[in-house]
Amino acid sequence: MDYRNILTICPYCGTGCGLYLQLLDGEIVGVLPAKEHPVSQGKLCIKGWNAAAFLRHPDRLKVPLIREGDRFREASWDEALGLVAERLLHIRDTYGPDAVGFLVSARCTNEENYLAQKLARAVFKTNNVDHCARL
Amino acid sequence: MTNSVPEFSEHTRCFLITGSNTTEAHPLVASHVMKAKERGAKVIVVDPRRVQIAQLADLYLQPRPGTDVAWLNGLMYVIVTEELADQEFIEKRTEGFEEMWRVVQQYPPERVEEITGIPADDLRAAARMYAQNKPAAVLYTMGITQHTTGVDNVKCIANLAMLTGNLGIPGGGVNPLRGQNNVQGACDMGGLPNVYPAYQPVTSPEAKAKFEAAWGVEGLSDRVGLTVVEMVHAAGEGRLRALYVMGENPLLSDPDIQHARECLEKLDFLVVQDIFPTETTELAHVVLPGAAFAEKDGTFTATDRRIQRVRKAVDPPGQAKADWEILCRLGQRLGAPGFDFASPEEIMAEITRVAPSYGGVTYERLDREGSLQWPVPAVDHPGTPYLHKEKFTRGLGRFHAIEFHEAAELPDEEYPFILTTGRIMFQYHTGTMTRRSPKLEQEAPEPYVEMHPDDAARIGLDGIRRVRVVSRRGAIEVAVRLTERIRPGVVFIPFHYAEAAANILTHAALDPVAKIPELKVCAVRVEPVP
Ligand code: SF4
Repeated sequence: MDYRNILTICPYCGTGCGLYLQLLDGEIVGVLPAKEHPVSQGKLCIKGWNAAAFLRHPDRLKVPLIREGDRFREASWDEALGLVAERLLHIRDTYGPDAVGFLVSARCTNEENYLAQKLARAVFKTNNVDHCARL
Repeated sequence: MTNSVPEFSEHTRCFLITGSNTTEAHPLVASHVMKAKERGAKVIVVDPRRVQIAQLADLYLQPRPGTDVAWLNGLMYVIVTEELADQEFIEKRTEGFEEMWRVVQQYPPERVEEITGIPADDLRAAARMYAQNKPAAVLYTMGITQHTTGVDNVKCIANLAMLTGNLGIPGGGVNPLRGQNNVQGACDMGGLPNVYPAYQPVTSPEAKAKFEAAWGVEGLSDRVGLTVVEMVHAAGEGRLRALYVMGENPLLSDPDIQHARECLEKLDFLVVQDIFPTETTELAHVVLPGAAFAEKDGTFTATDRRIQRVRKAVDPPGQAKADWEILCRLGQRLGAPGFDFASPEEIMAEITRVAPSYGGVTYERLDREGSLQWPVPAVDHPGTPYLHKEKFTRGLGRFHAIEFHEAAELPDEEYPFILTTGRIMFQYHTGTMTRRSPKLEQEAPEPYVEMHPDDAARIGLDGIRRVRVVSRRGAIEVAVRLTERIRPGVVFIPFHYAEAAANILTHAALDPVAKIPELKVCAVRVEPVP
């Protein structure tokens, strides 16, 4: 039996409470508040206590999907990313850089947001970059 | 936030909480407020809804929605005329007081009462309480920013804090509470159309040159790009042809959803990277499965500028991948240099080189110190719990003279109610995650509209439990909940629910500067469903 606690941050509101994911043989079995956290100080709200509840939901997207008519079909990463690269470049080259836009995410990490805006600015040469957080 | 959450329980002596349903939307911030209250701190709540935190308030003011500039100016009027302002702070650290005063002197409490409905004596009491209990902190959320006057509202709050010398001290400040866990970080990282990481303007030639050198590219654009709402419109007009959406669901969070959907349907190419199917993935040409917070490493930045580590506990399901890995692979497929990172830690190393306020961040420090609050410009810098200590970034703090303007859409005979939208405790944003968490969904499975019993009697609801709420843009059917905690003439709908999306009703009138839609005020009528 392998039991560990992984210290991380609640994925919900911007308070950024500290929590431990309890890991038993590689599966998350629960959530514990982090006592030493300067803001949450060993407490969580009901959303924090349930922070891991959606992770294994059957609706999770597990495979890249490509639209065919009204339906999606499963695809490999290679095929899906190849198509994305080809279509985005084609649109940029045909209509200009500002015909492409990027929405980054208040739910993704800093590192991911940094990369997404770098992709928009450095590769596509557009500042059409925003996120939905003002909404 | 200019200040830190732990300062609230430690230092703050007065809270002015406005447009923030703190106990439901930010429960663990509210617990610091309650602790402060236990040691005698004062709490003033200004909100069109008598939200839970209003129950522990020393003073509760209920303005008509969309009138924030008027009551904020009114508070300043009282503070200046009763000589409660911090003269020393105004003289030494600010400029523009005279211009501001020329406008503010036109907002005596009696006139403010006419505009807002707040009794003049309550406004006076609030002004005294805020000015005489220092340090005083203002806390606010979207209730302040989602207006055509959102930027004006925020400037007025800054005016108020400067007028009373409540900036640059622990426990004071101007404190927007961020609704989503990494909004702060998404902004810090340049997830905005006008700035590179750490708010360096895209229009600045120095910033452009700096990023061209750092990224090894030429020809970065110096034109400010489009905001979300503008991108959606541009798609409708055929100017925007392709959109890449990472972890967002604009089709539930945008104003006037039906129109947004028609616009996005016109795109030649829509890529959506997410962890669940959403209203937006339905329209996509390609859907890429991303990873949830527990399935990847990285950092989030909390509302008080607190940079913290997110740690991977389990693998993503199936073939899903961490979003940073997807972006690296796509960058490489595009033949671009600078996307061959082996870990988020390597990406952070690049961030620290281009974003001065993150300059001293390392994963090793975060592991050791727990969190770092930016600006943290160097590895030997301790971070910054509160901003503007000895001076403002621009030197002197500037007062802004702000006139009150009415909201873009006011109630009339045909649409007699003001609709305002917001969050509830058990759901989060568009519900993608919470609505799939059984305990949370069970607590609040159903959308509803809140209405004052007097209004219900007036439109003849008479025991009827379902209503149609109709605006100029659309209609939804929901259950009705009668409550005296809402102002008569105002109705409230939480926006988390796709089956009766409040944003079918809202409209896309934008703040002219921040381009934030006015989700907090629009006109509707309410009809019984027999
Ligand atoms: S535990 Fe609650 S208050 Fe804390 S970050 Fe999560 S949602 Fe916010």
